[in-house]
Amino acid sequence: MEVVFPSPQQIMRRAMLHHKGFLMGLSVIIVVTLLTILAPVLATHDPYAQDLGQRLIPPVWQEKGTWDHPLGTDNLGRDYLSRLIYGSRVSLLIGLSVMLIAGLIGTTLGLLAGYFGGKMDMFVSFLVTVRLALPAVLVAVAVVSLIGGSTRIVILVLGLLVWDRFAVVVRASTQQIRPLEYVAAAKSAGCSTFRILAQEMLPNLMNNLIVVATLEVARAILLEAALSFLGMGVQPPTPSWGLMISEGKEFMLFYPYLITIPGVALFLLLLGFNLLGDGIRDVTAPEGR
Amino acid sequence: MPDLVLELINLTKTYQVSAGAFRGKRDLRAVNGITLTLEKGEVLGLVGESGCGKTTVAKLVLSLETPTSGHIRLQGRPLTDCDSKEIARQVQPVFQDPYASLNPRKSVGSIISLPLRALKVGNKASWNKKVSEIMEVVGLAPHLRHNYPNQLSGGQRQRVAVARALIMRPQLVLCDEPTSALDVSVQAQILNLLMRLRRELGLTYLFISHNLAVVEHLATRVAVMYLGRIVEEAPTRELFLNPRHPYTQALLGSVLTPEPGLGLPDTRLGIAYPNPIDPPSGCTFHPRCPKADEKCKEHAPVPRRKGGRLVECHFVEEL
Repeated sequence: MEVVFPSPQQIMRRAMLHHKGFLMGLSVIIVVTLLTILAPVLATHDPYAQDLGQRLIPPVWQEKGTWDHPLGTDNLGRDYLSRLIYGSRVSLLIGLSVMLIAGLIGTTLGLLAGYFGGKMDMFVSFLVTVRLALPAVLVAVAVVSLIGGSTRIVILVLGLLVWDRFAVVVRASTQQIRPLEYVAAAKSAGCSTFRILAQEMLPNLMNNLIVVATLEVARAILLEAALSFLGMGVQPPTPSWGLMISEGKEFMLFYPYLITIPGVALFLLLLGFNLLGDGIRDVTAPEGR
Repeated sequence: MPDLVLELINLTKTYQVSAGAFRGKRDLRAVNGITLTLEKGEVLGLVGESGCGKTTVAKLVLSLETPTSGHIRLQGRPLTDCDSKEIARQVQPVFQDPYASLNPRKSVGSIISLPLRALKVGNKASWNKKVSEIMEVVGLAPHLRHNYPNQLSGGQRQRVAVARALIMRPQLVLCDEPTSALDVSVQAQILNLLMRLRRELGLTYLFISHNLAVVEHLATRVAVMYLGRIVEEAPTRELFLNPRHPYTQALLGSVLTPEPGLGLPDTRLGIAYPNPIDPPSGCTFHPRCPKADEKCKEHAPVPRRKGGRLVECHFVEEL
């Protein structure tokens, strides 16, 4: 009987099942994803429906709480649980879209810089340096206050701003792979440069890319929350976790749940993404390559 | 007129390297005017120390690098006239390290079929058929097709590399030290495989190696390189029986014997390999040559061809 060494995929699958942080992060993200998909089913109320007779009802675990509004209502009498559930849509949408845009820009630049080196590398490094010199929040605030905020604008502005980590990581790993013989072999097999980059090198960068991607999703969600909190991001009445914190801050002293509930939700989601990212990094250790 | 597969004519490759801080760039002549021809069916062994330019020659022939001057002709056509796909059809490499030359993310089948897919030859069904055929030819079990390189042994990996090189049925296979990363027992298997394939498929090899025993076993003709020059070229038997150039003599004298008590052989080469950025004057071998005199320090010898042999030394007549 021949003993067959497991394939890279099998090694990775096994390591994943034994990594607690990875499993925890993954479960948080699966739960949130389910929330966004099943929002119309799960939400007990219309997240936009105001009922001034029902305003500022505390959550169910407090004295005056009712099961009709398990997480209470806000200052306009909107059901907080429903807003929280719908808010996860905004967070995930923005996080994922920003990651995709930034990933596309950063990966392309990093691949070109790492593969071609020389002038191309200098050019990309210059772009990265320029980008790093611009504080993302400052630029986003400036742009949004000039042309007005909306979900689409927030996605575009953040996507065009947070690609730097992708570029840096991809450039470094491309430089590592570039001198390996399988790249020379692909070249002498007649592969076009695009094919070498996309089909020979990119799959070998995937591990690093996924780690960066999860961390960037978390960063984008946090930036969105910060912008919405400043009133420069998603505009009311759209339910967004950052916006909910912002709207709750005036009642913070007497109704602290208005801030703690979306805050905890945000914390859990970011924790999930970070755990997932760290988990993937551990799981794709050298022997899994 | 013999059927020439490859001609290298006065080929030179110069790299610009920094000679240290504040000293600017200097030229490194990795390949310094070499002329070589390769007939169909021949195995030309290219031997020399590390850093003498063997691998640069390989890169030039694969057109991974462009020559600084000189010409390369493939089947009589200048390499500069061929596009990369045409070159790929005619020349394929087998690299040194099968742990680096196979993409770890691709399955064996996909690695072997890469040249077919890159050159868009045939369709998926014919690729599968060709991969199965070539896997059988190089002695790989069919079930390995869906495995990944990390699941294979060194010898199996090198077989995959050979299969990838041969799937397009190229005229010329460029072996760049194809056995030096393998265990001794596996080396023999791969060498025998290469020999068998040469007979069965009528291949021509340019076989680069620093292992003289391997070259003696495999090559029909041997060229010895020193500091980017070819110092001696001769049919294998003649070269090994009667080396003419002092460097070839030293090289053959340096082969380790299996006898444990004998210690390291004395090559009488004295000082170490010179820095290729700062090559010695005249004959670049003179600081290490036991026969060198004043003439060697000042004038570079011209290559002299006699019969099937080429020797580049002032003392060729006396040797």
